[in-house]
Amino acid sequence: MNWFFNMLRSSIGKKLLMALTGLGFCLFLLIHLIGNLTLYGGKGLFLSYVEHLHALGPLIRIAELGLLAFAAIHVSSGLILFWQNLQARPVRYQVSKNAGGRTIGSATMPYTGVLILIFVVIHLLNFHFIDHSRQTVFQAIDATFSMLPYVIFYTFAVIIVAIHISHGFWSLFQTFGANHPKYMPAIKGMGVIFSLLAAAGFGFIPVYVSFIM
Amino acid sequence: MISKTINLTLKVWRQNRGEKKGRLETYHAKDISVDMSFLEMIDVVNEDLTKNRKEPIAFDHDCREGICGMCGAVVNGRTHGHEKETTLCQLHMRHFSDGDTIVIEPWRSRAFPLIKDLIVDRSALDKIIQAGGYISVNAGGAPDANALPIAGEVAETAFIAAACIGCGACVAACPNASAMLFVSAKVSHLALLPQGRPEAAKRVQAMVRQMDECGFGNCSNETECEVECPKGISIVEIARLNREFLKAEFS
Repeated sequence: MNWFFNMLRSSIGKKLLMALTGLGFCLFLLIHLIGNLTLYGGKGLFLSYVEHLHALGPLIRIAELGLLAFAAIHVSSGLILFWQNLQARPVRYQVSKNAGGRTIGSATMPYTGVLILIFVVIHLLNFHFIDHSRQTVFQAIDATFSMLPYVIFYTFAVIIVAIHISHGFWSLFQTFGANHPKYMPAIKGMGVIFSLLAAAGFGFIPVYVSFIM
Repeated sequence: MISKTINLTLKVWRQNRGEKKGRLETYHAKDISVDMSFLEMIDVVNEDLTKNRKEPIAFDHDCREGICGMCGAVVNGRTHGHEKETTLCQLHMRHFSDGDTIVIEPWRSRAFPLIKDLIVDRSALDKIIQAGGYISVNAGGAPDANALPIAGEVAETAFIAAACIGCGACVAACPNASAMLFVSAKVSHLALLPQGRPEAAKRVQAMVRQMDECGFGNCSNETECEVECPKGISIVEIARLNREFLKAEFS
């Protein structure tokens, strides 16, 4: 097992951890998005989705623990990489220009990452760590999004997530070594579509719940 | 025929040997022919400095043909200047306009300690090569032609990676000061050819380990390196390095 941990400690190993956990989050986000789209179908459809999901019982607990472990790995290796990368250039350039490779997504990964972490904590406090015997999830959503600051905060957070994915999605394929001139344009396209879908799908929920429903 | 000349203001990083901190100093480059290369322009400025009993600007250079990898500086925030796929010696003054202010800085990386002015110590790259960027052969008589068949495309792909001149621009351009493009080019060109296969696994592990030890940053796929590489090496090589590394580790 020693070889395995030595591998993970190397620069490529840490990237691999980021890519693996990042892929996990992309899959989670996709499932989360599909589930949340039921909100657009009204209260009844959404509550039946919630009921069916919770009926999975222990499976949900396992998935939650898995996500928690993934988050711990993604955040800790992300912070280590950020710190190491800062130290790798002790004297900065007086004039520094983008040559054309950097994107908003790639340049802000650590910062959008921290913002997403803060968002996830608040998101869980709003909808997960609440007394579920007193209210349905729908009531919690309704109550939260009746407050305008929350509507703005959630919409903003979803945009941040989309920016993070815009670099993260194709980047994880590159880290796995899956970069081929034939397929990379398609992978990059899928990343853009995925981030736009996530932004639109999640982003309109607060507005829809507070203004239309 | 007298060629067109321009006047420039240079802000050059000056730092003496052993000095902890450097500074940008301003110089005026007068009557610079647009046919000169960037290095020839610095030569002219240095002539002036020498005549005025001032210390000339120290910079690295050798072939001045764009093939040795010795020269390089960050010009207005761009490694080897703003022209695509050129080394500093092949950057000509016709790409600048009269009255321009040009800021010239050395490569910045913890792994490249500054020696003087624009000269940095790039022996970290040599250390990475020493760790595994070679093939072991029992030298003897020359092998028969075509005794080792290599498909044309494979040879081409290997040669694209082998075009790396080890100038260090990828490190200088990377927002994380990572050397992944350099290492990937060196790993790729050997891994693609049958002569390099026997030691491929050991090579990639040793070179990545050495790269990490030298204090370079970690690649985060910013892709600035492939835009700035004077030889146009692509991050496809980095993906190949990642594959080679994973293959080596998991087997």
